[in-house]
Amino acid sequence: MTTDTLPVLTKKDFQTDQEVRWCPGCGDYAILAAVQAVFPELGIPREKFVVVSGIGCSSRFPYYMNTYGFHSIHGRAPAVATGIKIANPELDVWVATGDGDALAIGGNHTIHALRRNVGVKVLLFNNRIYGLTKGQYSPTSEFHKKTKSTPYGSPDRPFNPVSLAIGAESTFVARSVDVFQQHLKDTLKHAAAHKGSAFIEILQNCNIFNDGAWTTLTEKDARSEKIIQLEHGKPLVFGKNRDKGIRRLPDGDIEVVTLGGDITEKDLIVHNAHHPRPSYAFLLSHMEHRPGFPTPIGVLRAWDDLPRYEDVMNEQVQEVIAKKGPGDLASLLRSGDTWEVK
Amino acid sequence: MSTLAETPISKAKREVIEQAVIRFAGDSGDGMQITGSQFTNTVALYGNDIATFPDYPAEIRAPAGTLPGVSGYQLHFSSSDVHTPGDLVDVLIAMNPAALKMNLADLKPNGILIVNQDSFKENDLRKAQMSANPLEDHSLDKYRLFSVEAQRLTRNALQHLGIDAKAMDRCKNFFALGMCYWLYNRSMDPTFRWIDDKFSKKPLIAEANKLALKAGYSYCEATEAFQVSYEIPPARLEKGIYRSLSGNQAVALGFVTAAQKAGLTLFLGSYPITPASDILHELSQYKDFGVLTFQAEDEIAAITSSIGASYAGALAITTTSGPGMALKTEALGLAVMTELPLVIVDVQRGGPSTGLPTKTEQADLLQALFGRNSEAPIPVLAASTPSDCFWVVVEACRIALKYMVPVIVLTDGYLANGAEPWRIPTLDEIPAFPAAHAKNPEGFLPYKRDPQTLARPWAIPGTPGLEHRIGGIEKQDGTGNVNYEPLNHENMVRIRAAKVAGVVQDIPDAVPVGDPDGDLLIVAWGSTSGSITAALNGRRAKGLPGRIGHLHLRHLNPLPANLGEVLKRYKKILVPELNMGQLIWVLRAKYLVDAIGMNKIQGRPFMQNELEVKIEELIGK
Repeated sequence: MTTDTLPVLTKKDFQTDQEVRWCPGCGDYAILAAVQAVFPELGIPREKFVVVSGIGCSSRFPYYMNTYGFHSIHGRAPAVATGIKIANPELDVWVATGDGDALAIGGNHTIHALRRNVGVKVLLFNNRIYGLTKGQYSPTSEFHKKTKSTPYGSPDRPFNPVSLAIGAESTFVARSVDVFQQHLKDTLKHAAAHKGSAFIEILQNCNIFNDGAWTTLTEKDARSEKIIQLEHGKPLVFGKNRDKGIRRLPDGDIEVVTLGGDITEKDLIVHNAHHPRPSYAFLLSHMEHRPGFPTPIGVLRAWDDLPRYEDVMNEQVQEVIAKKGPGDLASLLRSGDTWEVK
Repeated sequence: MSTLAETPISKAKREVIEQAVIRFAGDSGDGMQITGSQFTNTVALYGNDIATFPDYPAEIRAPAGTLPGVSGYQLHFSSSDVHTPGDLVDVLIAMNPAALKMNLADLKPNGILIVNQDSFKENDLRKAQMSANPLEDHSLDKYRLFSVEAQRLTRNALQHLGIDAKAMDRCKNFFALGMCYWLYNRSMDPTFRWIDDKFSKKPLIAEANKLALKAGYSYCEATEAFQVSYEIPPARLEKGIYRSLSGNQAVALGFVTAAQKAGLTLFLGSYPITPASDILHELSQYKDFGVLTFQAEDEIAAITSSIGASYAGALAITTTSGPGMALKTEALGLAVMTELPLVIVDVQRGGPSTGLPTKTEQADLLQALFGRNSEAPIPVLAASTPSDCFWVVVEACRIALKYMVPVIVLTDGYLANGAEPWRIPTLDEIPAFPAAHAKNPEGFLPYKRDPQTLARPWAIPGTPGLEHRIGGIEKQDGTGNVNYEPLNHENMVRIRAAKVAGVVQDIPDAVPVGDPDGDLLIVAWGSTSGSITAALNGRRAKGLPGRIGHLHLRHLNPLPANLGEVLKRYKKILVPELNMGQLIWVLRAKYLVDAIGMNKIQGRPFMQNELEVKIEELIGK
């Protein structure tokens, strides 16, 4: 179908009559606004969208999207979405999930959907806390974090969601932030254009149970020093005065350098999101854990040369039918050795 | 290809008998399952009625020659109706001392015992924890013992092929099979055909197996080892084309058939688990029927992917066994809440926990009926014989689609692996039940119900104008919007219950086999059908008194509408089950009847004799 035969859709077409029941000030509103703004621009008929979720604050998302929607059970959204995608590969399936939903109870489904390259888009709302159950630590909470269930500090070491997704060899991995509305919309559009599995971690504030979850990164004075925006084909530069960069060391590791003197942008790594192997993206995803390194946002990896799972599966069916002809039920029931009783 | 005419004509006396029970037993690496299924296929093709009982260890290969490594395959074949694999065996083939030790108790006095003499050396006896050689100490005198050097004779027959000793020894099971074909005057042709097909890319191995089979046959012919051979004429079965069918095959064929009859794509989400995996294997072959099989990362993904596929419009199913059922529990509730069609097959095995993976049991009934949080009723059906699995699966799909509900089908390890002759139906014997996806946006509501079935419309993604949201949170009837109001919740709980209860309008009334009223009604379900039928036939043949009915329930939820009335027609109610008493619990609760339980929890089916003894105890000889 070409886009010019489609009715022009607007943001309003994707809003439901249901009252949105997130806490006032929740970062989820910003994500909802961004998704509702991006969907009409994708040239896809509204009935082809399916939004699937698990359990948690983020997972209320489908009720607020006027598309097909399935609010499933805790952690299982990637598996539900996989079934939908296999049964009908034409659908545009988005998963809305959270750090607890996707990385604790549903961790298994998340990694398997990604490694299979099922053509679903996973939006992981990461607020580093369990909100709906009122404030326990999550798999992305900081080590030693004090929460309702860890009054003496969390003994868990957190997952880095993008590292995990790259480790599972997801073909598209990105990160954005609830309050960076334009960046978030751009990232969603990149993901929408990707055919295989797309994983976006969205850093999101929970102003009730984990207020300021990401303020060390996002507050205006700090963000340019703490965050590096990745753009394919551009050098890895950051800093208030864009005077810092990431350079490759001879042993394959990376270092932060200050531009000036002998060091110019030519010495820096030029971001290649399309690299077929995940190791470079993993290196980037992991640098935020090292002192002095920035946290990357944007598209870390977008390598779209792998066939989608649902296509492989349906092509197998078509190939067998082409070879053997469509199955004949009467012959199937009579297959193997038979005998007649007269 | 050889024909029957080319095989040597036996000079021994030929005796016509009605039936026989034969058991092949050996090490799990000895190929006993293949040997048994080949013999089964051959006698079935000849026209005998059959019932089989494969019994093998959970370990793929326990240490060779040891007691836990023994694998057996029992076959009952007859010129009249067969209902069980038989209690005791007429012929036992024991390929090693461990197999002899584990199986001898089931051989009838004066029964035929064929042993592979080459595997009764000191080391073999030690592995089987035997202090003396039973072939030498007269402990087997009450049987007709045929001690055969199967290994040496097989090697002799194959030595010119130039294959190694290990490869030659792997053929000795077919030497034993050849002996059995001679003993029962059966053609080797079906097995020759199977060998050619199986080893089409390894002609030398094919030749070796064929030679071993012929060597066993010729050995009997040449040595006149047996004084007599037997002939079991074909059974007088209903007219038609037949095949041998196991329960797991029947489930797979039932689903492919149901998908065609519904006009839907079949989607199976499954995770490998004994004894259900063969259903996944079977269905993964049927790509020419458009079948989509998804081997999920776990049992939960298996069912939730199926729920997703159902939402997207497929005929979605999932297959598992008890431990997998336990993992699927929460998702079953989701299917109840979202009112999507789904069929779940539980091939029951011994439990709890990992339990006895390869053994049979009927202990998941209450789990199927009640094993979910809150009020989550689901229709439950149970198959009674291997081929009945076909019909039960078709019926389960019809109910799931008509009422927009998940449906559970219970089979068990005994049905799954056992086989029987199946009269292949013509396609017009199976009514179509075309499924309809909602199309019309006018007045559409996701939970607007059909007044007769209470089913909601099946509106699938991709349909313009029907965009809607469903999920596990309680919803308002009609709109499907999230709703926490007290009265709405009670209303929805009652509607979901009424919908499942309403399936009773699709269920035939209960009609006991045998006497319609009287002294005793045997009420049962699932795979005990054959043993109960055999026990009652046995009693009848002996001319024993008493008015007895047998009611075998296919629908366990809802139960047939007239069941309470039927129960009142008999003085005593006996409920035999391979569990601690689960159906009886339901019957007592629902109908306030003082039913008597009969319970066996040994991972094995009831023996005919056990039931006959119990019936005698209740109503006398």
